[in-house]
Amino acid sequence: MGHERLSRDTDPKARRRPRRRRALWPYLYALPAVSATAFAFGFPLVQVVKDSFYAGNFDAPIWVGLDNYKGVIHDPSFRTSLLNNLKLLGTVPVMIVLGLAIALVLNDRIRGMRQYQAVVFLPYILPATAIGLCFSFLLQENGVLNTALRGAHLNFLAQDWLGNSHLSIGSVGGLVVWQQLGFCVVVFTAALLALPPETSEAARIDGAGWWALQRRILVPQIRPIIELIAVIQVITALSWVFNYVYILTSGGPGYASSVMELYIWRSFSNGANGTAASVAVMLLGMASVLIGLSLWVRKQVERA
Amino acid sequence: MRGRVVGIAARHAFLWLVCLSALYPLYFIVATALKSNAAYQLDPTGFPSHPTLSSLRAIVVDNPMPRWMWNSLLVTVSAVAVSTLIALLAAYAVVFGRFQGHRLFLSTNVALMVVPPVTLLVPMFVLMVDTGWINHLQSVIVFYTGLLVPFAVFFLSNFFRTVPHELVEAASVEGAGPFTVLRRIVLPLSGAAAFTLVIVQAIWVWNELLIALVFLQNDRARTLMAGLAQFQGRYAQNQPLVLAGALISIAPVVLLYLSGQRFFVRGLTAGIGK
Repeated sequence: MGHERLSRDTDPKARRRPRRRRALWPYLYALPAVSATAFAFGFPLVQVVKDSFYAGNFDAPIWVGLDNYKGVIHDPSFRTSLLNNLKLLGTVPVMIVLGLAIALVLNDRIRGMRQYQAVVFLPYILPATAIGLCFSFLLQENGVLNTALRGAHLNFLAQDWLGNSHLSIGSVGGLVVWQQLGFCVVVFTAALLALPPETSEAARIDGAGWWALQRRILVPQIRPIIELIAVIQVITALSWVFNYVYILTSGGPGYASSVMELYIWRSFSNGANGTAASVAVMLLGMASVLIGLSLWVRKQVERA
Repeated sequence: MRGRVVGIAARHAFLWLVCLSALYPLYFIVATALKSNAAYQLDPTGFPSHPTLSSLRAIVVDNPMPRWMWNSLLVTVSAVAVSTLIALLAAYAVVFGRFQGHRLFLSTNVALMVVPPVTLLVPMFVLMVDTGWINHLQSVIVFYTGLLVPFAVFFLSNFFRTVPHELVEAASVEGAGPFTVLRRIVLPLSGAAAFTLVIVQAIWVWNELLIALVFLQNDRARTLMAGLAQFQGRYAQNQPLVLAGALISIAPVVLLYLSGQRFFVRGLTAGIGK
């Protein structure tokens, strides 16, 4: 999951040094890294594109052109999976709004800020597998959540959160928010604390209320960071949710909560490697658009 | 004045609510793991008034848990150590060597950081079958090592930029070779950054599920997460057992977090804080 990071790529040493003869050692030092990434990324990325045009098993692949892609696009369970990824995009505004709210409250130099922050961040580092198991028990038909709801005489709210095909992807989204929220909070808090205090002082002296101060002064100043987090969470929702789905619902019931990653995994498990590869290529296509976007937003953050 | 007090109280109440929601699932794991299945069936949400280690013992005896933990540890240590070493050299070359194409190299690494591993899975699986490494730990170790390199290069390059160039140049002028400068000048300054990086990477490897699930299908070869993922089906009727397993997998991460929280926060949000 979220192995994507943020950079404020300030480069105070970027001024060019006087041109000397190019030394050889930097190439040698970069070589292991280039080889490692060529092995772990370069090779499989090239191979997966190739595989997507073949069917059959790996000993005797048959060229089928675009048939894998056509088959996938007409497969209702693929469409469901894609749609579910898009539904998971709904987690992004939730996380941004909630994360901002928490960060703004923390930014008021509230007592115990560090402790609060430490607790809020904790879910982010935990293994999604273990957390997913826990949530699957909390959310099941006769699980803790429903017991609590029935106890509060809110029976109509007690639902089969994982077994109902309309709700299961929403439950996955809930788990994503629960785990990723702390990341947003910590990043936003750091950005707010780094702001120069003069602007808010001036606004306060001019009589701006708390709400106006947050909305008109503080939030606009960290806007580039908010955008960067949004892009990162969009990438997460589209392509880094396998663990949550696999553990919580296995994509079920049926394909109701499947996502593209799970569709790839299921096709691969069924021996349909060409199908798996073609979906992987589509996912990569989407990811590269987002990667391009994230590099661009990063530049904006650097400039801000 | 009273409005201020109310405002502060409301903020604390809000933060307490957030913290409770963050912690409740953890409490549920610990509380359930300390119950017998019978006690759990009677009262799933209650406090474990008669705590017992029987579920924890049963899950360890019933499965090769120590073996899985050892596998996870071995995989984590080797992948993190090798990738950090590789990235140290590369980041040093990027920042102090400024070789031709270092910008392209760096932005390639930044882009690779967000490539979803699932898209690389099938070709790598076929490769591992061909090499006969399936069900052997080296299959995941080499793959993880490669996957960790881009973030490590990015992180260390950012850090090395904060090392004063004058120090490095002074040493070079005095005739120290690049490796000596790296070892004598740059590395001693990088302790905290390297430690932060190692923690972040270790957490990622320890938590990784998909690749371990596919590459390690033999019960003795599994990592802890791949083993844990089997429990749901295996112990559908005994949830305390499942959560006892979950507790064992979470405990090292939480202990590490409690002892070095600032490294986690700094590393996982690298580049944002100042």
